[in-house]
Amino acid sequence: MLPIAAVLLLGCTHESGYEPNVPGGNAERGRRAIAALECGVCHEIPGVPGAWGHVGPPLVAYRGNVYIAGKQPNRPDVLMRFVRDAPSLAPDTAMPAIAMSETQARDIAAYLYSLE
Amino acid sequence: MNEEHLQSVLHAAPGSGAELLSGLGIVLYVGAALIFVAVIALVLHATFTDRLRASTRAWVVGGGIVFPAVALFLLLNYSIAVGSAVSAIESGSALRLLLDCFRIDSKARIPPPAPGSLRIHVDGKQWWWDVRYEVRSGDTSSIVLANELRVPLDEPVELLLTTSDVIHSFWVPSLAGKVDMIPGRTNRLVIRTSEPGIYRGQCAEYCGGQHALMALYVIAQPREEFEAWLTRQAQPAEAPRDDLLRSGYDAFFKGRCPECHTVRGTPADGASGPDLTHVGARHALAAGTLRNHIGTMAGWIAGAQDIKPGNPMPDSEVYTGRELRALSAWLESLE
Repeated sequence: MLPIAAVLLLGCTHESGYEPNVPGGNAERGRRAIAALECGVCHEIPGVPGAWGHVGPPLVAYRGNVYIAGKQPNRPDVLMRFVRDAPSLAPDTAMPAIAMSETQARDIAAYLYSLE
Repeated sequence: MNEEHLQSVLHAAPGSGAELLSGLGIVLYVGAALIFVAVIALVLHATFTDRLRASTRAWVVGGGIVFPAVALFLLLNYSIAVGSAVSAIESGSALRLLLDCFRIDSKARIPPPAPGSLRIHVDGKQWWWDVRYEVRSGDTSSIVLANELRVPLDEPVELLLTTSDVIHSFWVPSLAGKVDMIPGRTNRLVIRTSEPGIYRGQCAEYCGGQHALMALYVIAQPREEFEAWLTRQAQPAEAPRDDLLRSGYDAFFKGRCPECHTVRGTPADGASGPDLTHVGARHALAAGTLRNHIGTMAGWIAGAQDIKPGNPMPDSEVYTGRELRALSAWLESLE
């Protein structure tokens, strides 16, 4: 099922009323992972205590963003990769690759897509 | 091994001075609560009884003089006994008698450290802790770190507490009572614990805007692990191993970092900020404010004023994204 779902998701665009969704991602777990990894040092992230950094862009209403870091299409599979290993997708970025599990990346993407 | 203990006087580490203090605390809380309940009961009794048959004189003398005199006499002696047991001093025969009376056995008492044993100098600064190990007498410059102390298990370790600016107070609640750091003075505290793990402490005397973000960690580990760590700390930083780390090293010297920070083994010898020679091995960054990983390191370098407004470290605005990542990677590689 998952590969099929992924292919279906790849074919979607925001214009066609696409609603991003991360299969298997848990937004609440993602929120806690964001707090534990302290992403808020650089980003303003609604719902995460102390997340008011200005080093990176604010992640307010992230669901509506069309591009990730102005470079890559804002799709669940791309976002999951970006939160773990931003330099592989945006070589000039200041955001380092952050050690985390795939589940954490999935949950974090789910949380970011819950921000409307 | 690296369990982080709850920072609380009610969770005193076994074998620590805090354990004795917590015993004294419980006697005080429970005793005060019992006396309070008894007094309220007597007030209610007196209020709702038509004719008091009690002898007023007996109550005034018994409850007003004899009871407080006995209770305070015992408490005073108990607190003197606890005070001497946690102070790591040689106790004379009178004190020893007192300690025995209150059943504070010799294992619970913090013994004076052996002459020539390890001493740690901790200097409070706005808003971090400069930590220097005196391994050989008089040498306090070969092992320097910040915001973290490592100590061997089951051994009393002497801390010499000073300040470079305002009054701070060194307080690791699970290990010992608080001791102020006062300008012009050197205060002494001996800590000991039998339980390995990570103990959080914090400044307990208001010291300015970022007082709340002035924390530190004490990491207690078995003697062999401690020795290995100490040996590593005494070594200079390793030369960068690859191109990424080399560009991080260059970025460090391109910015103004070396004006304030020392990295032993490099030309960086600034003295006003924390020594970064082994910063990658530390439990936390920015005096217990952030966990220590490459992301928080980058965020701290670029946004130190967001995280601790008013602290002496400026936001670094000279780095490209690649440079910031490389710099963070290099600092994290200094283990």
